[in-house]
Amino acid sequence: MSDGPAAAGRATAGGGRRASQALWLGASFALAFGVWEAAGRWPVSPAFPPFSATVLALGRLAADGSLARAYASTLQPLVIGIAVSAVAGIGFGIGMGLSRAVEWVSLPVFVIAQAAPMAAIIPLITYVYGIGLTAKVLAVVVLAVPVITMNSYKGIRHTNPSLLEMCRAFLGTRRQQVLKVVLPHAGGLVFAGLRLGVAMGFIGVVIAELLITPTGIGDLITYHSSVADYPEMFAAIASIIALGAVTVRGLERLERRLFPPEIRGA
Amino acid sequence: MTPEAAVEVRGVGKTWETGVEALRDVTVALPRGRLTTLLGPSGCGKTTLLKIIGGLVRPTAGEVRVAGRTVEGPGPERAFVFQDFALLPWATVLRNVAFGLELRGVPREAREAIARGRIAEVGLAGFEASYPHQLSGGMRQRVGLARALAVEADIILMDEPFSSVDEQTRRQFQEDLLVLLRDRGKTVIFVTHSIEEAVYLSDRVVLLSPRPGSVARVLHPAIERERRSADEIRRDKNYLDAVDEIWQILKQYVR
Repeated sequence: MSDGPAAAGRATAGGGRRASQALWLGASFALAFGVWEAAGRWPVSPAFPPFSATVLALGRLAADGSLARAYASTLQPLVIGIAVSAVAGIGFGIGMGLSRAVEWVSLPVFVIAQAAPMAAIIPLITYVYGIGLTAKVLAVVVLAVPVITMNSYKGIRHTNPSLLEMCRAFLGTRRQQVLKVVLPHAGGLVFAGLRLGVAMGFIGVVIAELLITPTGIGDLITYHSSVADYPEMFAAIASIIALGAVTVRGLERLERRLFPPEIRGA
Repeated sequence: MTPEAAVEVRGVGKTWETGVEALRDVTVALPRGRLTTLLGPSGCGKTTLLKIIGGLVRPTAGEVRVAGRTVEGPGPERAFVFQDFALLPWATVLRNVAFGLELRGVPREAREAIARGRIAEVGLAGFEASYPHQLSGGMRQRVGLARALAVEADIILMDEPFSSVDEQTRRQFQEDLLVLLRDRGKTVIFVTHSIEEAVYLSDRVVLLSPRPGSVARVLHPAIERERRSADEIRRDKNYLDAVDEIWQILKQYVR
């Protein structure tokens, strides 16, 4: 998730500035890949293939269909897990933000869950739910839910008190207050929570596939590493990193478009 | 000339949960159709008193009566203008001005028609589709004022509305406010810590003493405002006398 020079990009930026930003971004990638190529040819280690070999391996994986099969299997627990986390996380977050009782019961759990290295309980999940899809979905959920919940909760709880008072002064009911002030105010933070949740979900699914049973992209990585096909192994690793980075970056752009900072309440 | 009271404050006291006593035994009648300022040094509880009148804060002693009924909470006959504007940052000027009507369930077309009228009256025609962050502080407060005017309340409660507005804008806004209110017959209760602002704007100045706040004095600056410019008013003998008189009283609190 490199925050390259493009991070400064604004929707309002002129075409010239955008072009020069793209140029810088390209240069930065070229430099990184160049160093990778040099290090692979040197070689740093026999298990470290140069960039070009990795790209060729990626082409082979794509051509024989194994990459597509791997992602079809990896994206399943990821997508289901993110969907479950979004519903549960936003639900709990809003519930905790609106009700002191719900907050009292569940806040400590989520505060601990957000701070703790949740990956440590993935073996425990296997113990209870076996090695199937359920366990992998749960691995995603366990990592993604805390950050989604806490962000939604903070979004609700940090509503500008002056806006709440205004709503009350103009005879708004509690329902109107929630629908017209609190939720729109929290929208930006909720979406930011989703973005962070997706990033955590990628971590969760890869850990699950490496730790529970090798399937999908995790299978590609472990298999090719076991038979010493290092370019293929690196190609698999690079592909999941790239997919994660591009997805999260895309969500970040969408977030800036939907909730521009200047009209965002929080 | 004793206009009937629009708002009666009777023995109001307020002690916060922290034990701090903000107001003690405040009794004052605020005349209908006039502009009354609540003036006092910071910490005299003037904003608290305004919020009690608005029904946003419950008094711990006494009561406020509006049109003969005890205030239990906010009501349709009272509208609030907030010190920090309290505009929805994600809503346009039009929606912000219409927001009070939106909360009352007025259909979109009707409320937007009313809002457009008020926006024009406060001098913001053309800014209907702007967002608050695109406006200056003074313009934002005009939006706040338009929102209060849109709900057709008889009583307008203004909490230091010009305190975060620069001096030039503030003077222009004060003049515009007098023009806007002149023929509407609104009862305005206006909180400020500026002596000049209080005297310039109001028919009646309620001076509060600090900690706990209580009524120190009620003055009636008899300033002739009809057909006179702002500068003429500011040179008026009664204006200058009232400013001086209030300063003599307030001086003893600022040590």
